[in-house]
Formats: sequence, structure tokens, C-alpha cells
Amino acid sequence: MSAVLNIEGLAAAIAGKPILRGVDLAVPPGEIHAIMGPNGSGKSTLSYVLAGREDYEVTGGRAQYGERDLLAMEPEERAAAGLFLAFQAPIELPGVNNANFLRTAVNATRRARGEAELDAVAFLKAARAACKRLSMPDDMLKREVNVGFSGGEKKRNEVLQMALLQPRFAILDETDSGLDIDALRIVAEGVNALRAPDFSALIITHHQRLLDYIVPDHVHVMSAGRIIRSGGPELARQLEAQGYAQLIAEAA
Amino acid sequence: MPAVAETLNTVETLTSSVYKWGFETDIEMDLAPKGLNEDTIRLISQRKGEPSWLLDWRLKAFATWQGMAEPRWAKVGYPEIDYQDAHYYAAPKPKAGPRSLDEVDPELLATYEKLGIPLKERAILAGVQGADTEVRGGEASGLDDGGERDPNRPQIAVDAVFDSVSVATTFRKTLMEAGVIFCSISEAVREHPELVQRYLGSVVPAGDNFFAALNSAVFTDGSFVFIPRGVRCPMELSTYFRINARNTGQFERTLIIAEEGASVSYLEGCTAPMRDENQLHAAVVELVAFDDASIKYSTVQNWYPGDSQGRGGIYNFVTKRGACRGARSRISWTQVETGSAITWKYPSCILQGDDSVGEFYSVAVTNNHQQADTGTKMLHIGRNTRSTIVAKTISAGQSDSTYRGLVRMMPKASGARNHTQCDSLLIGDRCGAHTVPYIESRNMTARVEHEATTSKISEDQLFYCRQRGLSEEDAVGLIVNGFCREVLKELPMEFAVEAQKLLAVSLEGSVG
Repeated sequence: MSAVLNIEGLAAAIAGKPILRGVDLAVPPGEIHAIMGPNGSGKSTLSYVLAGREDYEVTGGRAQYGERDLLAMEPEERAAAGLFLAFQAPIELPGVNNANFLRTAVNATRRARGEAELDAVAFLKAARAACKRLSMPDDMLKREVNVGFSGGEKKRNEVLQMALLQPRFAILDETDSGLDIDALRIVAEGVNALRAPDFSALIITHHQRLLDYIVPDHVHVMSAGRIIRSGGPELARQLEAQGYAQLIAEAA
Repeated sequence: MPAVAETLNTVETLTSSVYKWGFETDIEMDLAPKGLNEDTIRLISQRKGEPSWLLDWRLKAFATWQGMAEPRWAKVGYPEIDYQDAHYYAAPKPKAGPRSLDEVDPELLATYEKLGIPLKERAILAGVQGADTEVRGGEASGLDDGGERDPNRPQIAVDAVFDSVSVATTFRKTLMEAGVIFCSISEAVREHPELVQRYLGSVVPAGDNFFAALNSAVFTDGSFVFIPRGVRCPMELSTYFRINARNTGQFERTLIIAEEGASVSYLEGCTAPMRDENQLHAAVVELVAFDDASIKYSTVQNWYPGDSQGRGGIYNFVTKRGACRGARSRISWTQVETGSAITWKYPSCILQGDDSVGEFYSVAVTNNHQQADTGTKMLHIGRNTRSTIVAKTISAGQSDSTYRGLVRMMPKASGARNHTQCDSLLIGDRCGAHTVPYIESRNMTARVEHEATTSKISEDQLFYCRQRGLSEEDAVGLIVNGFCREVLKELPMEFAVEAQKLLAVSLEGSVG
């Protein structure tokens, strides 16, 4: 089966400084892949480039999303096509009501897909149900987007958005960092609930811990802007035991 | 395209796209000759059939004005205004009240249609006999999105100022039954001269400032509202102002009086046709609140701001002031200012009664070459008087926006308090935002707080919204709307909808 995301030789720079130096990665439908690697290896850059952040300049390679050239799409087109990025540091939108933001996002996506928009009542029902599934209090919906949220609340809010937007391809950028064990479990359940033959995910993480809850099909190790090793879930456990140094030395 | 440039483009399309209300209505005008002198004033007064005391008042104001200089302290620049090169009176030719909409000038109806005024209401506005009884409880605002009408929602009465002369006044009966007087100021001069004489110029004296003096000399119309003792006005009062005759300055005069324990919410909304000559607008609004009375005055101002080069926009020099004369009285100004080439406007409160409350909530949006110098004055005279100022300024393009506010605590204002919050949002790197607070305290127990922030819409915020599927325009709209939330929530619902549209925002928020 052809991959939902197919990246070949992807290179990208920020402010003229090369960060990605030729990333090759293929994620087939229904699979969850994890990307691990030391700080500064380009994991977050990869997620931003895939989501279409403009201050990252693509200097080489290509990225195919289904049948489409991902890199030619606007960020909102990528979102409408089902690509979702859970931000490492979710952004605050002062004065913007969380439920209103979510509904605007859900309806923008539905419009782009030719589906009927949800009215306020139908949306609230869906949002409350999602909150319940994710063990989040309803009042999260009434607050301003990420304003005054604790680190854990922000991450959970990302997962709530993911649950409502029902992406085909989710990228979770260190969504587990700073979470206690209960919150970690909630985040993992959010991802696992979406698992389906037509859902794929790329999970960027520092720690093996999250991968105990979301068992990946493949694990990739990134270093200096490249994927230097790929393997099964056992690779994550090996890294946890040995650290990155040995792998990087082998790859050099 | 770099994201910043793109944002700028977006904002330009958002706030400067072809002016939606740019149309001109061709109605037979009764025009005074160009120029301003005593004869012009006599003509105005005579045409309106005014009593001699009012003519004398006008002439005195004119004499004062002649000795005054145009104020130059505001941070706005514009070419010299030739006050002799304008008509000071224009009135639609009088006609007997039409019997049905078929008899109404189709041009006028077309104007209402472009303004989005609902059909039933157009009949009332146009003065069709009996139309007001049909419409009661109907789609008064036209802002329902097809859903069921909330029976608890207040009705709105509209007094349309169609170029200087009130064409029609609606909902008269309901208001009369409650004892409320809501009519054009000319009519009030005829029907209730004692009230007008007592209160006209009592808050903004004829010689208060250059533009107020000019207005006092030549004002042609405006609204008059009188809420008697203990009456809660049964509906929102609304006026649509339109400037409609080429080269005709508009000098509206509005006077609102709330007696002891009375309360009223007054809405003022403006649109204007596109044109290439600058138009001067110098209105005066006076509010008087007695013991326990409350007046809420809301404005959505969307006058033609000029083209992208700043040519041809409206000059808006307005004096708005409210007097909290009585104990525990309250005056609240809410304004959303998106239009005009130049805005010079400081809705103020004189907090004379003990425990009286003054509020000023403002959103001012400037784009392209617009200039806005706006703010408020809170004069604390009585004991334990309180005031709140929330001013939100959004600048884009090459525009310049200034908040200028005065908070003065007089010696007897023991225990008085003020809190001021000024926030500026910059879009792009060619615009300016300035905050000029004047704070004077002559009472040791008075407390004055001032907070100010300046921020930009960040790339992070835009990207975050776009990653969630919002277009860049929607993202800007959402962020701007969030920024203004504190002010928008002060608007009556009907106006909040309009204001959100004006800010290019789809706040579909029925929750939260």
C-alpha cells in the first residue's frame, strides 16, 4: 500500500542555517511512527516544515501527502486535507473563546471537505463528549485559547482539538513533555482512540515512556537533520538503555 | 510571500476593500448657498421655524466661533478646511406622509435596502402611515440569522437622520405611552421648547471648543431623548446617520436627558457614501443623568475613510459629553470606530453626583492613511465617583492612532477611583499607536490606575490558527476580535453583531 506521507531527501533551513539535511521517511496508512533524537537534531523543524510554517525554507527534496505535493500547499490546505500538528508550545490567543476557536476550526475543515457545518448546539455536544472521553473539565471550552493554561492543560487542549478535528495524519511534537503520568495516559488514549486503517501519526518524543502507551509500528532516530536509524518498538527501548551517543557514533 | 507581507495584504483586503456603503442617493435637495455668515444662520433658523431665543443662541455661538482657532494639539494632520466652501443646510423637499411604500421615494427605499434595513422597518422609516403598529415585535434589527426571535430581546426604535432632517421617527406610540420623548431635535424645539432651552448647551456650552461652537451655530438636526422620572425606556433607541449630499457638512446635535431613576440605551450607527471631497462632520452629543439614572450610549462608526491613499475620507470632529448630575447616576460610552479619514473624538463624563459612575469602552481601528486621535475625559467632582476606561486601538497600513485621555480628580472627589486600560495592537510595521494619558489628582484619597500594553499579531498566532484550518483572514479576524472582546461585550447585541462584521470577524460564539 502506498504511503500517506512520503518524504524524500527533505532539506530545510531557517534564516539561512540548514537544519534538515536530507530526511527520508515513508508512513503508510494506519501506522504510527515515532521519531526520537537528541535536542537540536531537527525533529521539531521537521514537524513545522510538514505543517507549512513559512519561516522555514525548504531547500531540497520533496514531500508527498497522498497524491498531493505537500510542500505546495498552504498551511490551512494541509489542515483541511487532514494534517494536524499538536504544538510543542501551544500558542495563546487572548480574548478568543476556546469553544469558538474550535468550532471555527472544525467548520473551516468541514467546509473545505464539502461537509455541512456544525451549528453551535451540535458542536457543543460533540465538544462536551470529547472532553468527557479525554477526562477534561467542560470549563476548558469556556476559557480563552491556552491563556492561563498550565503546561499540561495546553497539551491536553491540543489533544482535544485533535479529537474534534479527526485528522488523517497527526504529528505530535513532544506532546508528552512536562506531563505527569495521568496526563500522559490521557494524551495516549486520545491518540489510540483515533487509531484506524486510515489514520497515521508521527510522534516526536524524547522518551520511551509515551511509547509504552502508544505502541509505534516504527521508530526512527534523528541526528543532525537526518534519520540515522529505523527499527521497531525495540529500538526505543534500546535507546532508553544506551542513549543516543553510541548510535550517532555508529552512523557517523 | 513572506508571512508579514501576506498579513498586511490580508488586512488591506479586510479593512480597505471597496467601501461597501459607497453609494450616493439622488434626492431633490433644498440647499442653502455655500458659505457661513450670519445670514446662513438666520436662514437655517428661519427654515426650521425656530424661536428667537434659539436664533440668538446660534448667533452668539457664531460670534464666539469667529474668535476661535481650530485646535492643533491632536496628532492628526489634514489640509486647511475652507469653512466658506460648504453648504450648511440641506433638506429633502417636504412631502405629505405617504400611504404605502409605493408612494415613498424609491431612491430612499433603495438606500435603506443597501443599508440592510429590513423591509417592514423601511416602511416605518419612510413614514408610511400605520406601519409602526404592524412592525412591533417583528424583525426589528434584521440581524437574526433565521433563527427564532428571542421574545425577551429589546425592540429597537430607529430615528433616521437622512441628511440633516429626520425623515421619520418610529415606534413613537410605544414610547409615548411610556412617557418617553424620542424625536428629532427640530421637532423637540417645536414641541418641547422648555426642555430644549433648559438643557441645550448645558453640558457642552456653545463656546466649549472650536467645533462645538461651529455646531452650535449651524446644527440642523439630530435626536432628542427625554426619559421621565422612574421610567426604564422600553426599547433600545437607535439612529442611523448618513451623510448624503455632496459638500454638505453634517452638524448633528443630540441631547439625551434621563430624569431621576430613568434609564435608556441609545445606539448610534453611521455609514456614508463614497465621494472624492472631504466631508466635515462636527457633531455634539450632550447627555444629562440625574439621581440613579443611567444612560448607555453606543456607537458604531463606519464613515468612509478615504481611498487607499487617504483621499476623500470624512473628517469627524465630535464633541460628546455626559453629565452625571445626580447621585449614583451612570453614563457609559461604548464606541467602535472603524471609519473616517480623521477621527477627533473624546466622549467624556462629568462625574458630579456622589457615587456616580462613568465608563468608556472603545475600539478604534485605523488602516491605510487613517488618523484617529480619540479617548475620553473623566472629571471626578463628587465623592466616591468611579470611572473605567478600556481603550483598544488597532492600527494597520500606514495609519496612526492615538489614545488621549484625561482623568482629573477634583479636591472634593474623596474616595474617587479610576481604572484605565489602554491596549494597542499593531498589524505590520508602518503604522503607529500612541497613548497619551493625562492624570491630575487634587485629592489625596482618590486612586488612579493606568495600564497600557502594545502588541502585534504574531506569526506564531497566525500559523497556529492556519494549522487548524482557518484562512489567514479568518485568523486575523479572530485574533482582532479576541483583542476587542472586553469592549464588544459592552455593546447591545444588535450592535455587537454589526461591530464584529465590521472587524471582519465571524465570532459565531453562542457559548462562553
